[in-house]
Amino acid sequence: MIFAYIGITVLGIFLFSYIIIASIDFGAGFFTLHAKVTKQDKQINHLIGRYLNPVWEVTNVFFVFFFVGIVGFFPDAAKYFGTVLLVPASIALILLTIRGSFYAFENYGPDSKLIWLAMYGLSGLFIPAALATTLTISEGGFITGSGDNIDLDWLELALSPYSWSVVFLAVISVLYISSGFLTYYASKAKDKPAYDLLRYWFLFWGPPMIAISLFVFVSLRLQNEVHFLSAVTDYWWMFLLSFICFMGVMVLTLMKKWHGFAFILVILQMAFAFFGYGASKMPYILYPYVRIDEGIVNSSMAIALIIAFVLGLLLLIPSLILLLRLFVFDKDYVEGKK
Amino acid sequence: MDSVELARFLTAMTLAVHIIFATIGVGVPLMFAVAEFLGIKRNDPKYITLAKRWSKGYTITVAVGVVTGTIIGLQLSLLWPTFMQMGGHVIALPLFMETFAFFFEAIFLSIYLYTWDRFKSKWTHFLISIPVIIGGTFSAFFITAVNSFMNTPAGFEMKDGKMVNVQPWVAMFNESFLIRSFHVVATALMTMAFVLAAIAAFKLLKNKFKKDTEYHKKALKLTMILGVVFTLGSMLAGDLSAKFLHQEQPEKLAAYEWHFETESNADLIFFGTLDEKTQEVSGAIKIPSILSFLADNNIDTEVKGLNDFPEELHPPMIVHYYFDIMVSMGVFCLIISGAFILTLIFKKLRKFTYSKSMLYGALLTGPAAMIAIEAGWFLTEQGRQPWLVRGYLKVADAATQAGGLTLVTILFGILYMILIVTTAYVLIRMFKNKPAYKDVEENTPERGDE
Repeated sequence: MIFAYIGITVLGIFLFSYIIIASIDFGAGFFTLHAKVTKQDKQINHLIGRYLNPVWEVTNVFFVFFFVGIVGFFPDAAKYFGTVLLVPASIALILLTIRGSFYAFENYGPDSKLIWLAMYGLSGLFIPAALATTLTISEGGFITGSGDNIDLDWLELALSPYSWSVVFLAVISVLYISSGFLTYYASKAKDKPAYDLLRYWFLFWGPPMIAISLFVFVSLRLQNEVHFLSAVTDYWWMFLLSFICFMGVMVLTLMKKWHGFAFILVILQMAFAFFGYGASKMPYILYPYVRIDEGIVNSSMAIALIIAFVLGLLLLIPSLILLLRLFVFDKDYVEGKK
Repeated sequence: MDSVELARFLTAMTLAVHIIFATIGVGVPLMFAVAEFLGIKRNDPKYITLAKRWSKGYTITVAVGVVTGTIIGLQLSLLWPTFMQMGGHVIALPLFMETFAFFFEAIFLSIYLYTWDRFKSKWTHFLISIPVIIGGTFSAFFITAVNSFMNTPAGFEMKDGKMVNVQPWVAMFNESFLIRSFHVVATALMTMAFVLAAIAAFKLLKNKFKKDTEYHKKALKLTMILGVVFTLGSMLAGDLSAKFLHQEQPEKLAAYEWHFETESNADLIFFGTLDEKTQEVSGAIKIPSILSFLADNNIDTEVKGLNDFPEELHPPMIVHYYFDIMVSMGVFCLIISGAFILTLIFKKLRKFTYSKSMLYGALLTGPAAMIAIEAGWFLTEQGRQPWLVRGYLKVADAATQAGGLTLVTILFGILYMILIVTTAYVLIRMFKNKPAYKDVEENTPERGDE
């Protein structure tokens, strides 16, 4: 039983890390495209490139960790999600492939092509939409059949207000998180034109994101009343804290102060919302088919996984710090002097 | 096609594409590390340039390798959900560790690529290549552990159709794990040595930039020497694999060689055609007693024939051709690289080292080695048929029942075609009109610079 909670916590942390890092990545791709089309690319592309080139590959790993972790800790969930998600996950995979490879072709290749930039810029926005569908399905109500013959009810999914609001929230959050980080990166790089543009985008995407979040709450009530009630009675304070962080971010950004701290608040804002959502969903991974306490992995494998996990982190965290120190916190590199 | 065949086809397609990039991913870091080491040691900017240019092209292939690897990782659950429910929790440990190794590699590869000029000592930058090599090699090791588990499952008990009492370490270090990993890593290194040799040979044959000749000769010499070493390693690994199969998976070895009757002094068969009804082989080259020798270093050894196994457990007979292709391609690479080495050793033969015919031979080793890799994987995967987890789960019982499989297969097919064509296009453009001597000049420290 205890392993179920350790497992879900580990997975939650990986998924959250992926959401933050991938958002920066996907949003940056879209901004690059947008700037190119609106002829503002001279202002920001060098800045985005300097950040993205060394780190984008690491982003993917968090995603792989997450689904390998699901298979490891919750094999039953792997079966259900695997069956139901065949088409949506395949689409997400195809988009991820386009995004990753065309990013490399465009940025490491010999010459630049607008069509390649368009492919990775746009796929970056469709990926969160496709992945968000997974979260929607996990609320239940979109699966038909029983036993070994389960399948996805496409019509129900396409007509659901909840599923659409989650998709929009995912896309806007990506733009919000990404511009938030890049504002901080630009301010560190003392790059005035890039900073102005990114700060404008950041302020632009903040309010609609909050509006859609509220809409997600309302539609969740229609989709899964149990989850909704748990969220508003037991975990309302997490969502409140998330909103307070958001207000803090907006105030700091308007005052053009402490961008590093503001981005930490963005992470906290997202963390409260994400873990509030996750905690109120418990004990279901896939409502009502898979609970975390059923179909959990046996204890010897769970222990082995946790040991591997701790040892792995001991190896990875120093490496990650090294990477960040070289490319994100290195003043000369950020300012483009190296 | 029914859903089982479609799921098999899609998995095969994904793996066939991924294995190209995975082989590059495992093999190339050692190559650029060796080149950089020689460059620093001998203070030769040509080797440094080699390392830089190889790693630059490598970036593109790594990106494609990462995304196709992600695809196969998720497709395991999407296409074979029953397998993941049944066996996923038994092999979770190597899967998990593979990701760690890959993570480790990704971090240090990023650092390696973007810090050529950032450290005071040149050796610091060289040292960064070591975690990249370790990460790449270990991820190959761990993922091969997963595949080995499907061939020689271990570390669990069956109870009511479920795998229980899991022993993670036993499952991971299953019997075939070491031999297969050795084979995978050795052949990846061999293949990449020859692919890079083929590029050098191509450039020498074309001779577009005269000033580059010295540079490409250095590249060819280095890769050919590495190639011959790793080919010998691969052949040793292959020999160990055959002996292992004889012991543990005799039906696989028998299918490789169309060996139907159990007998001693068994023949090794090359190519030919098979009449499946009469079990007669015609038009083949037969080498007497060698199969027995291959299986156990003794020509009198009795080798089990396919007729000892129920017919529904026979692997498809086509695997024989994969075996022939793999072996003959390997032998071809050995002959060419061996000849090249001989010309280096004997002074009288020096004039042949960079002769036209030698260069054409070297040009062919790259594709030959890559074909051997593909054939080898088709061999081992189809050789396991009809099992998914040998002895426990059949492929036919594990495929997904979800709708939309045909659509998904077509979409992935289109995606892979675009990926391969674009990758080739980008890589060719990258070096086509960029002569190496300019890079060499850039990497040459000016006087008084030290």
